[in-house]
Amino acid sequence: MQDFRNAFSLAFELIASLDANLLSIVGLSLRVTFAALLISCLIGLPIGAALAVSRFPGRGAIVVVFNTMMGLPPVVIGLLVYMMLSNAGPLGVLRLLYTPGAMVIAQTILVTPIIVALSRQVIEDLDREYAEQFRSLVVPFPAAMAALLWDARFALATVALAGFGRAIAEVGAVMIVGGNINHVTRAMTTAIALETSKGDLALALALGIILLLIAMTVNAAVQGIKASARRNAYA
Amino acid sequence: MHDTAALREAPPVSPPECLRTATGRYPLSVRGLSYSADGQDIIKKVSFDLPSDDLTVLMGPNGAGKSVLLRLLHGLMAPTGGTILWNGRPIDRALRKSQAMVFQKPVLLRRSVLQNLRFAMGLRGLARSRGDLEPILKRLHLQTLADRPARLLSGGEQQRLSLARALALKPEILFLDEPCANLDPASVQLIEDTIKQAQAQGTKIILVTHDIHQARRLAEQVVFLHHGQVSEITPADIFFNAASSREARAYLDGKILI
Amino acid sequence: MLSKTALSAAFIAFAALQWTAVPASAEDRFIVIQSTTSTANSGLLDAILPKFKDKTGIDVRVVAVGTGQAIKNATNGDGDVLLVHAKPAEEKFVADGWGVKRYDVMYNDFVIVGPENDPAGIRGMENATDALKKIAKAKAPFASRGDDSGTHKKELSLWKSADIDVTSASGSWYRETGSGMGATLNTAAGMNAYALTDRATWISFKNKGGLAILTEGDDRLFNQYGVILMNPEKHAAVKADEGGAFIDWLTGPEGQQAIANYKLDGQQLFFPNANKATN
Repeated sequence: MQDFRNAFSLAFELIASLDANLLSIVGLSLRVTFAALLISCLIGLPIGAALAVSRFPGRGAIVVVFNTMMGLPPVVIGLLVYMMLSNAGPLGVLRLLYTPGAMVIAQTILVTPIIVALSRQVIEDLDREYAEQFRSLVVPFPAAMAALLWDARFALATVALAGFGRAIAEVGAVMIVGGNINHVTRAMTTAIALETSKGDLALALALGIILLLIAMTVNAAVQGIKASARRNAYA
Repeated sequence: MHDTAALREAPPVSPPECLRTATGRYPLSVRGLSYSADGQDIIKKVSFDLPSDDLTVLMGPNGAGKSVLLRLLHGLMAPTGGTILWNGRPIDRALRKSQAMVFQKPVLLRRSVLQNLRFAMGLRGLARSRGDLEPILKRLHLQTLADRPARLLSGGEQQRLSLARALALKPEILFLDEPCANLDPASVQLIEDTIKQAQAQGTKIILVTHDIHQARRLAEQVVFLHHGQVSEITPADIFFNAASSREARAYLDGKILI
Repeated sequence: MLSKTALSAAFIAFAALQWTAVPASAEDRFIVIQSTTSTANSGLLDAILPKFKDKTGIDVRVVAVGTGQAIKNATNGDGDVLLVHAKPAEEKFVADGWGVKRYDVMYNDFVIVGPENDPAGIRGMENATDALKKIAKAKAPFASRGDDSGTHKKELSLWKSADIDVTSASGSWYRETGSGMGATLNTAAGMNAYALTDRATWISFKNKGGLAILTEGDDRLFNQYGVILMNPEKHAAVKADEGGAFIDWLTGPEGQQAIANYKLDGQQLFFPNANKATN
């Protein structure tokens, strides 16, 4: 396969030349993904923690719903967000369609269920350890949740990483709501899809390699933080 | 409702022997208390009174229901039947706030020693500057460990921190569930001394142990539990010489009780 | 305390959204055109749009999808200008009131590509329907867009003229990829199938594999592109002034010249014909 060899040398050339187009695409991908991840964590962590520590009728159903939503195809989410943000849709007045904001919304919907489902698991495990002590200390519900979230923060970093992975690698949703507009909403994944459809497989693969390197860097950084936390027995 | 804050802050008005009158400040009355789980009766319609503030040790063979009874008295679990009255009041949130418990296996936050204390004290709105915490850290020989991650401490250090945290809350009643199991002798000594001191300062102590030597060192009265029922409640000096129940005598003789 | 937390959370979320927003200067004046993959992927729009921006300061943002989806998106009011290639569907779009008026812009042609060894034996044929008949007779694999795009509509009309019912062959030798032109060509290259493609996409396509142009030149393979301003009476958000300016430029001498000048590997991909049209 000629394309394989070309892809690696092309990826290297692109990185070495700090191609301006590439930088703007990578920048957009990272900004959209981190913004979506941040919002997802703000929404998802409290829900996950609340689900972990409380028992009420219907809780099991909610857990099942969030677990199921983890597997929702991105295209479906993209379609739903498109229908909401379209000028013909209820939120058309926001004029968000075909903007990075729309991509953030789609990815937030994509990532939040992951954060909820996985953080619930992490916090439930920690709560099993803390629950009796907290009951003895008479810790109020909000303070217990805050303490669990804080003490689980290094385990939750892995949860966020899972969300990051889903968001940065996702193409179906951002393609529909972003429109893959050059210099505006073209992200790594939509650029890869575009180059593939142009038949430029080497360039598509080169972009894929760069995406992989970025994901690897983020993973390594989180791993480093966790390792230092483990030395303090905080994780 | 009595003013608990005033009582807590008041220095012991008289030496412990004077405190140990027929009725203490925190009389306990238990009536028809039962607890069952998974179809098993763990506590079986138990009724007893602990009117005095004597240092009470719950003894009994494994599986007698000591830990469960302790948790019921602290309100950690809801009984399946019967009543528990502290000073004539049923257990509620406010009452539980005036109690504290040290568990057999210390549960510490993934934070430093100091932050563990601060977290607990913050819950009661108590002062928690480093200076404020200095005495309790010193009391349990933790002052050099203040900034260490709590979960990197040794077993003895962890249990000392656990006791420090409980006492930092200035509880009226302190429950301890096998606090010294598998600890180093120095830590055991320190913990026992601290428990006695707390009692002298007016805290009612209820301790579960099956270490007979520890019971002898600490107990002023013994509640002996067997098969989820109270066999006897006896002042310690009498209990260790001439326990009245057959079960307790057998247990003290080192026989295996089934 | 809780409401304060919620408030700061909302603030952070808002800041995160802002952070992703495009810098204001780029946002000032822009239009969105719903267009097809053939115009975008061939590089035409990338080549000519900067000229329009230099002249007017209006940024043109291109959403490149199949003609069917482009028209659907435009019907929803998502965009200002439609630039596609399926004349009957475009005329219906205008007749239904979604568009103001349709103008011819340019044309090129479709070609039938297929494997070099040409199992159906259509090489050099000029009659497109006869070529399709031979493919059907040989039951040689044929990769169809199957996505309601302009190319797909054209292909279906050719099968109809050839009097061949491809629906019954679907899944056997007739394979509907349900995706864009590029993806369909990738599939065709992968399984040595025949396919109908517009010439611009074919020339700019880089993964030709063992495929080559086998049939071309039939009048029925003519591929006309049209441009339509979306109707601001249907969707108030339509930027009629900017969109109108773009259409004027594209169908005017400067735009037409820019289209004619765009070449790839020395070949002209699109042929301007706005003046020949009935506007």
